[in-house]
Amino acid sequence: MRDRPRFLIPLLAAGLLTACSGGGTTTPSQASNPGGAAAPPGAGGGAFPRSQTLYTSGTQWGPPANWNPLREWDFATGTKGLVYETLFMYDPNTDKFTPWLAESGDWTGGKEYTLKLRPGVTWSDGQPFTADDVVFTFELGKMETVPYHPLWSWLKSVEKVDDLTVRFTFSKTNYQEWANHLYSRAIVPAHIWQGRTEDEVMNGANEKPIGTGPYVYQSHDQDRMVWVKRDGWWATKALGKDVKPKYIVDIVNSSNEVAMGMLLQKGLDLSGNFLPGIPNLVKGNFGIKTYYDQPPYMLPANTTWLLLNTTKKPMDDVNFRRAVAAAVDTKKIVEGVYGNLVKAAGPTGLLPQWDKYVDQSVVAQYGFTHDVAKAKKLLADAGYKDTNGDGLVESPTGARISLKLVVPAGWTDWMEAARVISASAKEAGIDVQADFPDYNALVDDRNAGKFDMVLNNDRQLSNTPWMYYDYVFRMPVQKLQTVTNFGRYENKQAWDLTQQLDQVKPDDIEGMRKITSQLQKIQLQDLPVIPLWYNGLWSQTTDSVWKNWPTSAAGTPKYPPTLWRNWLEMGGTLMLTELQPVSGG
Amino acid sequence: MRRYFGRKLLVYGLTFFVAVTVNWLIPRFMPGDPVQSMLSRANVSQPAAVEAMRLHYTSMFGFDQPLWRQYLNFWGALLRGDLGISIWLFPTPVTDVIVRAVPYTLGLLVPAILLSWVAGNRFGAFAARRRWLDNSVLPLGYVLTATPYMWLAILLAWALGIVAGIFPVAGAYSFAMRPELSWAFAGSLLQHWFLPFASLFLVAFGGWAIGMRNMIIYELEADYVTYLRSLGAPGRLVRRYAFRNAILPQITGLALQLGVLVAGALVTEIVFSYPGLGHLILQAVQNQDFFLLQGTFLFIVLGVLVANFVVDVAYVLVDPRTRAGMGGAA
Repeated sequence: MRDRPRFLIPLLAAGLLTACSGGGTTTPSQASNPGGAAAPPGAGGGAFPRSQTLYTSGTQWGPPANWNPLREWDFATGTKGLVYETLFMYDPNTDKFTPWLAESGDWTGGKEYTLKLRPGVTWSDGQPFTADDVVFTFELGKMETVPYHPLWSWLKSVEKVDDLTVRFTFSKTNYQEWANHLYSRAIVPAHIWQGRTEDEVMNGANEKPIGTGPYVYQSHDQDRMVWVKRDGWWATKALGKDVKPKYIVDIVNSSNEVAMGMLLQKGLDLSGNFLPGIPNLVKGNFGIKTYYDQPPYMLPANTTWLLLNTTKKPMDDVNFRRAVAAAVDTKKIVEGVYGNLVKAAGPTGLLPQWDKYVDQSVVAQYGFTHDVAKAKKLLADAGYKDTNGDGLVESPTGARISLKLVVPAGWTDWMEAARVISASAKEAGIDVQADFPDYNALVDDRNAGKFDMVLNNDRQLSNTPWMYYDYVFRMPVQKLQTVTNFGRYENKQAWDLTQQLDQVKPDDIEGMRKITSQLQKIQLQDLPVIPLWYNGLWSQTTDSVWKNWPTSAAGTPKYPPTLWRNWLEMGGTLMLTELQPVSGG
Repeated sequence: MRRYFGRKLLVYGLTFFVAVTVNWLIPRFMPGDPVQSMLSRANVSQPAAVEAMRLHYTSMFGFDQPLWRQYLNFWGALLRGDLGISIWLFPTPVTDVIVRAVPYTLGLLVPAILLSWVAGNRFGAFAARRRWLDNSVLPLGYVLTATPYMWLAILLAWALGIVAGIFPVAGAYSFAMRPELSWAFAGSLLQHWFLPFASLFLVAFGGWAIGMRNMIIYELEADYVTYLRSLGAPGRLVRRYAFRNAILPQITGLALQLGVLVAGALVTEIVFSYPGLGHLILQAVQNQDFFLLQGTFLFIVLGVLVANFVVDVAYVLVDPRTRAGMGGAA
């Protein structure tokens, strides 16, 4: 009795320990190779040879949970791109469409688009890829919860003409939006997906993804997703393109700091994480590269806007909005907060890839720059005066102005930026307080229009500035504004122009410019949004195992170096075909 | 004895009910709508599509029902062993998510807490009788205990992981491996386990050692020790008695420690990117994943209750006074 407790505890510990390690080994093994097509003989010992494996991170923030290409926001890294492919590829840097699963596509009538499919493409289960698959994929959109359901409000029918030809008939020709669909929609195999209910289509995990792409499922665990190269990818024969890494291991990060550590240990080849101190590492001799070797280091990926709630006083006053725009010291954010890791946005906010749509004469006439004196003058002219002598202006009616700029708590770079904005607004005499609520609370308030000012960068780079103006001007304003026009700005003319822009053919650059010029004039005169800076396509690469990464230097590929969701069809897959092993194979 | 445990079980049952109810309530009083935040991450460009999806998921998760209904549904499902579907890791069932994470957390925490407790008590008792040790090593214990855990963990990861390159800084086993029964895999597991374990062990060790050292010094000055000594009892026997008395508060401390167990793992798992319950909790909170939060908290509540029960039992075994106190009832 006397000695029992002493024995008890170590025994208990030992028991639990064995139980745990037992659990640790058995649990993940349920995830064994259902992809089927290419069992990995090379991985006999369970190991992925370093020289044949590409390690990536920065996309997946939680355990891989589904391989459903329709869930474009939370599928496992690479589901669309490595497994499921799109009809076209789009390169945002050159503004070029490359036929991919399609061989060609043309408008063959006023409201008719004909797609010729590539022969010789097979699914990873050996079945041929045909027009049936394309028709099936687009018809899935008839289900209401499928994200591309709105397409069917202007698409009339999809027909199979023969095995390799598909005809689309439209009720309204939204050329710009259609071009976006052409490279965004992942084509799924009809022979496998047929008969799935709406619930299975949208909410199914799709554990055994069968695609046309260069990789198939190998295994996954809580902290990783492993893809293995498939034999007989069509592009090798048809286009002479081949992906070099045999395995792609995408690592789930819990934090950017951990990603930084792994990058320094050369445990990562490509990191898509936001690493604030990266300029120092690029300049130092750490073997880490970014797309540009000088500011802004990254390719631009989206714009951060300062959104003003135009339904609230005094933000409903255009002069007040212009004063805010002139007051914000973006340079201080770019240099002080980001260390030049981002680029200050132009007054239109259109990403540099869309430069050709910017009407410089309009910008010269109506654009704004950081100018405190001008901000003060704008305020004074519009009747905003400091009546109580606290250095901050009151509204023309004498009401106190005290505004809140909300930014999600924990988004440290944005929080710093919000403090800079608050300080520079104060300089001009406007009382703006930075406030950091929880992300979910912020989303609620933002959607319901219960905010003064908010930062946002939801709309990403795409093939068309129409997407950008859709974000800025979309009408009608709903009770909940969930994805566009958070500032609740209403301008019928601007929305009409935006819809007209959608109806211009993508190759008619002049026609597009004519409309974007008018939109820019409205935008700059009325300032429904204030563009601040361009966020980068965060991407860091190391040369220890794989080389020939995309950079701005001559003689290197120019594709976006990333595996971020929805970027593989914008060149991520092509980047993989350009990689070269540093040694051996 | 039966009445003692009967009463204990009743208290545990009540605690369980209240704790689970609170766990159910808290996320629902958090501002924000989980479906809405899931969709805003989804970045679907068409408002019409978003609205259809919002309605669909709201009814799917049952958020469109009145609160009392949701609460009843929750207990109904819980009694069937169904914890719901994770919103963040859609469409994985919460049970699966937890079952996959728990081995890592327990494998890390249980050895760290128990070993540090055993070693810390031994060391503290030992140090109390050696003046030089008391003067040199115990201050180190104070430093270790006072060190912010986060800082120590980052320091370890940086020094032994990144600079020295001896230990990996992320994952539960090598990213180049697949789980299997082999020495290489076990080695890899151990290698990845060591740093997080060591960081937890070090911090806890200092605390236990200090506590035990103080208790032993106190006990050695107690009347019964003086009495024993005057009877001429050997030093070993005296020390054993002192140790057994000194260990009692430590056992209570251990029970409390087991209570905050998962909280401790949260930081560890984030710093070392170790795939356990801790970082699930953080993500569940950030993503307003009601079901995952409920599931993990349920697990914690169960863990704390079981740990406390075990300590209650242990107390009966190690402290004869407890047995004497309920002798009549037994």
